Amino acid sequence: MSRVRVVDRGGEELRGAVLTGAHFMNGDVASAEGAIAAGCRFFAGYPITPATEVAERMAERLPEVNGRYIQMEDEIGSMAALLGASAAGMKSMTSTSGPGFSLMMENIGLGAMMEIPCVVVDVQRGGPSTGLPTLVGQQDMMQARWGSHGDYALVAYCPNSPQEMFDLAIAAFNTSEKYRIPVLMMADESVGHMTEKVVIPEKEAIHLVTRKKPTVPPEQYAPFKPDEDLIPPMALAGEGYSVRMTGLTHDIYGRPAINLDAQTELIPRLTEKIHKHSTEIVKYEEILMDDADIAVVAYGITSRCVRRSVELARRDGVKAGLFRLITAWPFPEKRIRELASKVKGFVVPEINLGQMLHEVERTVAGQVPVKGVTYHGGALPDPELTRKAIMEVAR
Amino acid sequence: MNSVLVEKLEGLEDIHPADKWLRTDMLPHIWCPGCGLGIVVNAYIKAAEKAQIPREKRVVVSGIGCSGRAAGYLNQDSYHTTHGRAIAFATGIKIARPDLNVTVLSGDGDLFAIGGNHFIHAARRNMDIKVICVNNFNYGMTGGQAGPTTPVGAKTTTTPYGCFEHPFNLPWLAATCGAVYVARWTTLDSRRLRDSITEALLKKGFAFVEVISPCPVGYGRPNKIGSGLDEMKMYMDKWDLRPPNWIIQEGSNPRDADISLGKPIVVGKFVDVERPTFLDLYWKILPHKEEKPLNEVDKKQVAGARV
Repeated sequence: MSRVRVVDRGGEELRGAVLTGAHFMNGDVASAEGAIAAGCRFFAGYPITPATEVAERMAERLPEVNGRYIQMEDEIGSMAALLGASAAGMKSMTSTSGPGFSLMMENIGLGAMMEIPCVVVDVQRGGPSTGLPTLVGQQDMMQARWGSHGDYALVAYCPNSPQEMFDLAIAAFNTSEKYRIPVLMMADESVGHMTEKVVIPEKEAIHLVTRKKPTVPPEQYAPFKPDEDLIPPMALAGEGYSVRMTGLTHDIYGRPAINLDAQTELIPRLTEKIHKHSTEIVKYEEILMDDADIAVVAYGITSRCVRRSVELARRDGVKAGLFRLITAWPFPEKRIRELASKVKGFVVPEINLGQMLHEVERTVAGQVPVKGVTYHGGALPDPELTRKAIMEVAR
Repeated sequence: MNSVLVEKLEGLEDIHPADKWLRTDMLPHIWCPGCGLGIVVNAYIKAAEKAQIPREKRVVVSGIGCSGRAAGYLNQDSYHTTHGRAIAFATGIKIARPDLNVTVLSGDGDLFAIGGNHFIHAARRNMDIKVICVNNFNYGMTGGQAGPTTPVGAKTTTTPYGCFEHPFNLPWLAATCGAVYVARWTTLDSRRLRDSITEALLKKGFAFVEVISPCPVGYGRPNKIGSGLDEMKMYMDKWDLRPPNWIIQEGSNPRDADISLGKPIVVGKFVDVERPTFLDLYWKILPHKEEKPLNEVDKKQVAGARV
């Protein structure tokens, strides 16, 4: 947990942005520290269990590093303020859980459309509706991909430890800045509230990416004219570029263009700029996969619980392995497809009634059996259920 | 699109004094003949010139609706955001760059129905942004539906028998929520409107200007008012045929500024007070490393503009 300390002007020396060293902190706090280490200086949020600790940490820490914290009137306003602050040049983050995530959806779409970098941490709890505020769930995974209306593509990470909450917060900012997109951190209550050792590296060892700036004078600048990498350079508010942005379908100058041609030029690019770079964006971890006959695909807290299932299956003579998603979106299609020609089956445990399961099924496309293991939320996944599923698929 | 007109504009210099502040590639605009929005945009441009706020220091943010399109016509940093969220977006810009002059230009439905929550909280915080609300008593873009400002009895496509909901009294709402500057004008008062927006732009804190504006298609037609000009004349002398029906009253109580058919529209400046802004208190109360808080830059910029 964060140690609350009283700081004021002329008092104790304020802490810097990177708290190098070994800490004992929970996942929520670690994500806040990761964000600040990544250069985040603006946070807008609204209290919600189990993500409140992120906001609390930001409220405490941002003023120390000349950052700005605002508690907005709701999650809709938080998301809109995030985009405004980022459009004016501040790396920005918010945190929330299911109900708030739903409220943020419209403006996440605006972020995708205006191509404004920012990071949203969703510490998932059981749903739908108010659901299980204090207990774990992984039920927002498809919402992370399809939650806002229209076609767009974003990146979503799935941390499974406080250390990874820190590390992936930095990765999330770098990815958002590089591709000019909102990036989602799909954490869960168990990882968010888990307290573990978190090692924060030296400031110099942290690689940071910042958005591309225009290289042309204002009169030649077109805010949505992409470079070859499909990403347009970004001028900020107050730089003299007369930036024009709209949530309407627009041309390269940011002019509303409500017609087929403009839609055809813009919308495929918004998804293609992610797909084109998916090889460098996609992250996953393979444990005991080299000789595996059964691949267990899991993420977040579930990936830690079912590590036990893999070990139990191996003890019973079934060569199981764990394929851990670090990015849920984009989904590691290429690798799963390769594995589908090597393994005898997939098992997909998750704390929902089957969400990423669909993605595994789609990718495997019937080559081998795929079995979902559903955990309803409210408790850590019981490894025994997944062990049974592994044995069943191996039979 | 509109290539003929654009060529003509390029061949002539200063075809209109406001042209240099407009994105002429966007003209002609999408607004209906007789709409009051042009007067409001013109007033904003003149006010910004009068306040001597340089173009690169001005940001305009708008929501959705006819008024929402205003941002796109202004040749300065402009953000056309989601329905109701312009104030929240502007809040982010202002906090990130306190030296910028951030104006929200949007409609009554956008700011007070779907976006009402952000309005009351930005006013409460005394967020240093300027809000210009173009109030045309209806949702024009979607074809003239009733909104939070439609007077009782007025006809719209969703109140075909007459509106049966109480409307907001916007100056009173703004004042009670904590706005430090509150004024109301009609598009008929173009010079007073310009001067009032100038004051609002230079005011430190949450400044609110309501502009009663004609919508001959959405509001005028179902209520048999006539053209945009007729609707403006009505503010003056025919608001339910009870002259004098348009009262300029400096410093009057915003509580009495409610709009109903058969009652004069009260215009003027209602509130002009000082109160610490969000960032004033932020830097006063919170620890920070900077010797000079960023809002000092803001003060200087505003002070400089007054000269």
